Amino acid sequence: MHEHDVIVVGGGGAGLRAAIAASEEGADTAIVSKLHPVRSHTGAAEGGINAALREGDSWEMHAYDTMKGSDYLGDAPAIETLAKDAPEEVINLEHWGMPFSREDDGRVSQRPFGGLSFPRTTYAGAETGHHLLHTMYQQAVKHGIQVYDEWFVSELAVTDHEDPSDRQCHGVVAYDVKTGEVEGFKANRGVILATGGPGQVFEHTTNAVANTGDGYAMAYRAGVPLEDMEFVQFHPTTLPSTGVLISEGVRGEGGILYNAEGERFMFEHGYANNEGELASRDVVSRAELTEVNEGRGIDDEYVHLDMRHLGEERILDRLENILHLAEDFEGVDGLVEPMPVKPGQHYEMGGIETDENGETCIEGLYAAGECACVSVHGSNRLGGNALPELIVFGKRAGHHAAGKDMKEAEITTGYSEDAEPGEVDTPVEPGAVPTTSDDVAADGSGGALADPTAVVEEAVETEQERVERLLEKDEGLQHAAIREDLQDSMTQNVNVFRNEDGLKQALRDIREARERYQDVYVDDPSRTFNTDLIHTIETRNLIDLAEAITLGALARDEFRGAHWRQEYQERRDDEWLKHTLLRWNDGDPELFYKPVILEGENKTYEPKVRSY
Amino acid sequence: MSTQVPETETDAETETESKPHQERRLAEKEARREAADRERAAREELAAAESTVHLKVFRYDPEVEGKQEPRFDDFHVPFEKGMTVLDALMFARDHYDSSLTFRHSCRQAICGSDAMFVNGSQRLCCKTQLGELQEPVRVEPLPHQDVVKDLVVDMQHFYDQMESVEPYFQSEDLPEGELEEQRQSRENREKIKMSTRCIWCGACMSSCNIAAGDNEYLGPAAINKAYRFYMDEREEEDLEEHRMRILEQEHGVWRCQTQFSCTEVCPKDIPLTEHIQELKREAVKSNLKFW
Repeated sequence: MHEHDVIVVGGGGAGLRAAIAASEEGADTAIVSKLHPVRSHTGAAEGGINAALREGDSWEMHAYDTMKGSDYLGDAPAIETLAKDAPEEVINLEHWGMPFSREDDGRVSQRPFGGLSFPRTTYAGAETGHHLLHTMYQQAVKHGIQVYDEWFVSELAVTDHEDPSDRQCHGVVAYDVKTGEVEGFKANRGVILATGGPGQVFEHTTNAVANTGDGYAMAYRAGVPLEDMEFVQFHPTTLPSTGVLISEGVRGEGGILYNAEGERFMFEHGYANNEGELASRDVVSRAELTEVNEGRGIDDEYVHLDMRHLGEERILDRLENILHLAEDFEGVDGLVEPMPVKPGQHYEMGGIETDENGETCIEGLYAAGECACVSVHGSNRLGGNALPELIVFGKRAGHHAAGKDMKEAEITTGYSEDAEPGEVDTPVEPGAVPTTSDDVAADGSGGALADPTAVVEEAVETEQERVERLLEKDEGLQHAAIREDLQDSMTQNVNVFRNEDGLKQALRDIREARERYQDVYVDDPSRTFNTDLIHTIETRNLIDLAEAITLGALARDEFRGAHWRQEYQERRDDEWLKHTLLRWNDGDPELFYKPVILEGENKTYEPKVRSY
Repeated sequence: MSTQVPETETDAETETESKPHQERRLAEKEARREAADRERAAREELAAAESTVHLKVFRYDPEVEGKQEPRFDDFHVPFEKGMTVLDALMFARDHYDSSLTFRHSCRQAICGSDAMFVNGSQRLCCKTQLGELQEPVRVEPLPHQDVVKDLVVDMQHFYDQMESVEPYFQSEDLPEGELEEQRQSRENREKIKMSTRCIWCGACMSSCNIAAGDNEYLGPAAINKAYRFYMDEREEEDLEEHRMRILEQEHGVWRCQTQFSCTEVCPKDIPLTEHIQELKREAVKSNLKFW
């Protein structure tokens, strides 16, 4: 058994920042990641990091824009923390050597982004995430943080007290991809989940293949609620063939969207008469799909994003990476032709419920980055707000886990006093399926033991059995078929446009996937680098996440931010200024709600009609 | 449908026990049918495709009997315009042989995990268009690295070399005042820009004859990493000297014989050989200065 003070699961932006922070607090810190840290998906972020750095801008303005962008579903304490801490964190990255783009006076450049009242998006070309990831990995190396790369964390070691808020996390169980060993990692002070997004729930996504939402699923099964999962961001500019992201920076620099008739539809069809292409992402995504659905799409599938008029010099200076992506993945030269784009799954606004210090309702268990929901993004994330979230809340989680004295959080976690039970009419029984091998679907929490080592050991044993069973089974279903059908159904039914029939169909398909998964087996018997096994375990996580997203979407009968419902074309503040939460009740998802906190430090945010 | 159910035990005593077994057997039967359906669907897709691509893929598993002897497996996958080598490998894995093993993640040329040896050259599979390759397309693991399994190589030596050049910013001279960044000129950022694009894929190291023969040679990626910091004007002069000592060591920049193979294969177009030459010139200059 390995033992450290703080164990960070995931080596992307949030994980690295958390590990550096914990290490700076003197904690013996390790990162356990199924990839090597430099392979993490943070590297694919392109656009930039929002932070109020300049005169004329202020953290208050950043907070206001974020609240408005969230369609009033973000919690003010979280949003204000993000806006206040971001400037120092961005400058900190600069001090760590991050190669930001520069102004003539040598200061870091900032540019406009959708939904921002000031050009506060700091960037490094169109490859900001790559530089952020590498800069932080460099610091992790400098700090001597131990990295277990290609170790797949598949379960948490949590005590099994009846009330999740009484439970404690003592470590994790991980599978060494290279050798096939299942081992325990004991965390003396805390476990931080920083496992990134769940994009693989959908077929067309900007997310990496590794983004299977493992952290969400593990926390969920251990008893932490998942919050606001119905809010899935679809990015309006992804390449049709692969889902590769074309940064919002293109529109930030002045890129224009055209339909098949050559119309600048954002204006000409009245989708956003003020902001045009720079309206919020949900607005632009719906506009594009409406164009396609009404027959003004190109090849009935996509629209055009044109940046030719920006001129070669400016494109090469600020968007060079976009030229390479369009060329390599779509065969289009962005200097001479417009690029084909369509909406694709991009970001999960919801996630593991945490407070401003990254802590969940389970003691010793933290989450940060995309897998967490603090919540800063509410029902729609503004471009450029994911990267500050990583560093701000990654750092806070790292500090708190390492034992630093932090101000008490204002956001509550778990099924607390302000929770209100909910109900939703589903066409099938969601969740647990009757099974003879209970470990496949059952709660992953550890034993009733108080001894931390024993809790980790028991969790290891359960995982070893699960892995053995999957490897030894000689026939059954392969995960790839189940995964593919799940992704198809989610893409058809729980996409940009949603309606009740589709959501119910998705729940039936998810239920079927869950039942088929009972017969899953791993064809490759090898202990060495068995990706078949890894993908099989991941597929189970995808099923749980698909269900959480769909149930949340069915429950929320209103239209807010990224969540569009055909039957409900209005935001219903009287009933829905509240978060959707799902918690695992022996495998059956239990729905409840919590009010949104609109009270900030010095002001209360008044919901206003969102117009662009 | 019920007529297809096989005979099972009817003994009342064992009913409670046998029911799960029965369900399981039925489920397994269902699973077999589904697997057969899936394979048939893949073959139909293949037959219906306008064209197919023939891949010859290197296979090796140290552990599984029958796979210990390295060999090439043939896969025929349906081809569509725009398809990459990675797409083909994924199709083969998901439809024909789930044990086919390779690293990949972002599929947009930034995570650097799917560098392989394709038709005799180091390439990122995700950005290599199949249509531009001669058939059969040979896919092998990166040369000069130990093969772990199939197309997966051991990257540890590469990582060790990268970390040996102290690849982190070390400037202590931070500006005073809150929220003050260190100034960097646009020219200087431009100067280091290409060097910062490295994605640690290992293609350059694998293509380098010198690195293949000298295990201690820092190699193009690590030297480029050092270049990135050496040339950054924000680091102080004494650090520059410290970095130069690392670069000038016996197995440092002077080993490079300017064969340009690293530059040729770099998927991010980093002028690696040029960077190494520039550092050699810097080394000469700094030696002159020491006298």
